[in-house]
Amino acid sequence: MLDLEVTGNLRLHPNYCLLILTAAEPLPDMLPGQFVEVKVEHSSTTFLRRPISINYIDREKNELWLLIQLIGDGTRRMAEYQTGDFINLLLPLGNSFTTDIPGGKGQRLLLIGGGVGTAPLLYLGEVLKKSGYQPEFLLGARSQGDVLQLEDFNKIGPVHITTEDGSLGEKGYVTNHSILRNAEYNRIYTCGPKPMMVAVAKYAAENTIPCEASLENTMACGFGACLCCVEDTQDGNLCVCTEGPIFNTEKLKWLN
Amino acid sequence: MAELSVNIGELRLKNPVMTASGTFGYGIEYADFLDISSLGGIVVKGTTLEHREGNPYPRMAETPAGMLNAVGLQNKGADYFAKTIYPKIKDIRTPMIVNVSGSSVESYVKCAEIIASLDNIPGIELNISCPNVKEGGMAFGVSCAGAAEVVREVRKVYPKTLIVKLSPNVTDIAEIAQAVEAEGADSISLINTVLGMAIDAEKRRPILSTVTGGLSGPCVKPIALRMVWQVYQAVKIPIIGMGGISNWKDAVEFILAGSTAIQIGTYNFIDPTISAKVITGINEYLDRKGFKSVQELIGALEIG
Repeated sequence: MLDLEVTGNLRLHPNYCLLILTAAEPLPDMLPGQFVEVKVEHSSTTFLRRPISINYIDREKNELWLLIQLIGDGTRRMAEYQTGDFINLLLPLGNSFTTDIPGGKGQRLLLIGGGVGTAPLLYLGEVLKKSGYQPEFLLGARSQGDVLQLEDFNKIGPVHITTEDGSLGEKGYVTNHSILRNAEYNRIYTCGPKPMMVAVAKYAAENTIPCEASLENTMACGFGACLCCVEDTQDGNLCVCTEGPIFNTEKLKWLN
Repeated sequence: MAELSVNIGELRLKNPVMTASGTFGYGIEYADFLDISSLGGIVVKGTTLEHREGNPYPRMAETPAGMLNAVGLQNKGADYFAKTIYPKIKDIRTPMIVNVSGSSVESYVKCAEIIASLDNIPGIELNISCPNVKEGGMAFGVSCAGAAEVVREVRKVYPKTLIVKLSPNVTDIAEIAQAVEAEGADSISLINTVLGMAIDAEKRRPILSTVTGGLSGPCVKPIALRMVWQVYQAVKIPIIGMGGISNWKDAVEFILAGSTAIQIGTYNFIDPTISAKVITGINEYLDRKGFKSVQELIGALEIG
């Protein structure tokens, strides 16, 4: 449990903000795919912490980035945090994406994100690149304005885009993108709305590609005590907060 | 520094602050956050004779100042607890109490027998008040006859400290408490969750897979305080009060209403270190008010 200081809160879009946090001490090690639980003060309808995935870690600046979609009172309150505010977080929580991949550095890795689900893929892409892989991104959004942090993604690797209205990239959903027909990938990572992740998992299964998905089941604690966030898996009900949030999609019952 | 220790049955708690079943895992989930051995006691996750998968997701709905849950006693059964979990927690230096639940009198008894065989588990909390399982659970806790029967049969096989956890979903909690006391319970803990419901207006569907669930958190505190106070008038055995405690002041209120010890539940999710803060806060309050022992505070509510 740490109190971190807000050093920036950027409104990337009317519905999204990027909260940048730092601490006097070096931040603890955090892995791509892990998440934090944010305590939201001064919101009468927000009782529980808000689980937010780690968007990016800037080691040099000792910064933790959280990309937040403004959905309810809690996240709207978080959009109002100002530089100099302190917020209380539990971190880091959960398991992580696989970044030490059997089969060598030359593999083609595709990171597929939809909406705010692109958030953990930025840090994942950065770590994969630093480890010697060449990650590619496939990002889906409703419209051009909803494609977030595009400049940051472009610095890491090739970015393929779909928008539902066709205002940027190919028109349609991520699973309709031509890259999925024209290229062969060795591994897929995905985070986004569940219907999107199910479609991606199905594509991966049909093409026998290992696939990891980041789940966001509603949770109360974030560290395995409340047993509220369970996902029905091949191994029974598992806590998304401790056994996940990253699951190999073969372990899930999405395709049954 | 006031004397903080209290007795519950044969248990001597180093302070009155315990953690509530279903909110504190097996204790070890919190070891990164605080020194769990500093607590007065830990009540571990509800344990049943057989493995239970619990209810389907979604199991939780947030409410203003609280939450609804419908976990449904997910656990791997009493034998698994004894073989796999007990060795990991048996050396924690605070009383580790097992919350025992069942679907029939026989299953309560068998589960209690298994737990009784574990040397370092000095007590059980009999859960006759879970609102989230179809059979048993709360069904026993909402009638005097049902509550009495299960306590009577478990008492025959369980020689150590027997705490019985009551449901608030009754018309007269005092008479249930008296029925439980008459059958030999050493202590009563209350309240379990309040039966509630949440609806998603946009989808026109219930939020919980089970439609209804158990409400907990600060929103239930006034109900819990009232029931602790009512039970305190009705029984002689010590009461463990709980329901929405989220700071030391809440804990003191429960003790004034008649609790010998208190349990912190849902608020552990928001602040996993809250139980340690409450111990400190109670101590400071006692010093400030000139009490030498927390026992002077039990039921010390001044009325009129």
